[in-house]
Amino acid sequence: MSTGQLTRAQALAAASAVTDPELPMLTLADLGILRRVEVEDGTARVWITPTYSGCPALAEMRADVDRAVRAAGFDRVEVRTELSPPWTTDWITAEGRRKLAEHGISPPGSAPRRQAGPVPLILSPTRTVPRCPRCGAADTEELSRFGATSCKSLHRCRTCLEPFEHVKEI
Amino acid sequence: MSGDNIFAALTEEHGGDARWAFGTGFTDALAGVDTDLPDGVDGQDLALYCQMLGDDALVQAQRLTEWVTDAPELEEEMALANIALDLIGQARLLLARAGQADGTGRDEDAYAYWRDPAEFRNVRLAAAPRGDFARAVVTLLVLSSARLAVFARLADSRDPVLAAVAAKAVHELAYHRDYAASWAVRLGDGTDYSRERMRAALADVWPLTGELFACHPVEARLAGQGVAVDPAQVREEVHGVLAQVLAEARLEGPGPFPEPVLAGREGRHGAELAPLVEEMQKVAREHPGATW
Repeated sequence: MSTGQLTRAQALAAASAVTDPELPMLTLADLGILRRVEVEDGTARVWITPTYSGCPALAEMRADVDRAVRAAGFDRVEVRTELSPPWTTDWITAEGRRKLAEHGISPPGSAPRRQAGPVPLILSPTRTVPRCPRCGAADTEELSRFGATSCKSLHRCRTCLEPFEHVKEI
Repeated sequence: MSGDNIFAALTEEHGGDARWAFGTGFTDALAGVDTDLPDGVDGQDLALYCQMLGDDALVQAQRLTEWVTDAPELEEEMALANIALDLIGQARLLLARAGQADGTGRDEDAYAYWRDPAEFRNVRLAAAPRGDFARAVVTLLVLSSARLAVFARLADSRDPVLAAVAAKAVHELAYHRDYAASWAVRLGDGTDYSRERMRAALADVWPLTGELFACHPVEARLAGQGVAVDPAQVREEVHGVLAQVLAEARLEGPGPFPEPVLAGREGRHGAELAPLVEEMQKVAREHPGATW
């Protein structure tokens, strides 16, 4: 395929469909980490924003985007990192939230707004109390603020007694 | 990925990338980021400052990982490992920035694995022996409170990379500090035994806190240019946070911080740093350039 026929829409579609290795029900578009895609002289450039500074999935996502856009016919692909503004869970789309809940993961609430001045200390057990994604009950408890991946905390429902994960607001 | 043989699947070729769990050939933490130096900023100064902030995170993370398989509960082990992972992520970006700023082009691995202990610029508290869980809680509380206060200001740095790294890290550090603070309250306001262990931990950690607020000449120069944060400026704020936590934990103190005297920032470390660095660098030095 000649690169002259390839459009930005094709590169965008390929990059958008890549899934998160840790949350495979979500595409990078659902997660809101895909910043923009440009095509110039046959080169596709894709900008993504890391979630957590140390998220080991970032390198995997970059490799997957590179592979997907090449598979769409682009010979030259550059995957670039955009650090600013930092990613926030507010960028997870409505569709992404629906998919998380469908897979038993409680989607994040609104991220705390960064105010000017010192960051306030929070000593209460949780910032927000998520509803159980299985039975919908509001009576849940936090087991650990740090779950199996950087982006999730671990909770238990006091009604159906099932444990569940919650995507932390950040 | 073929499902016949798990090992065959792991070593499957992916477009020439040698990869195993998540090795992908992408090692440049700052790929595609605009890394021009701000006007008038000395690259050597900026590189050294990035090493200070990067080494604090890298060394603290290495110490924290000693809790993996050894924490009081599985949840705490995961929490401490997650905190270490956030810090390693911050360190990668900062050390990669150092390599661009000083013109050597060294990547983050060159800093992490190929410097000797005396070249590390972390504060001594980051390397302090791990001690018991109470000590881990107090150390994390102090380090995360100080780092959060510095990074909240650093988000306005004239250096776009430092500003971006700090703006992101602030959210992570707030989680770290809240985690340590909630454990400090649980243990301090717990049983007589847990309270005693917290008292002892505070007494052990406190002498190392002064250095957190000592200003190195490089920090002073860069702070004057709007690039760095003079750590002396956050001293009162951090003291206030610790006072709030200790009051809630019904623990005495905090007393005044000790005199701010430079040590680790100038490469003068305690004996505990060398074995920590040696362990961290062992695989990289025994198998230089290895990929898997």
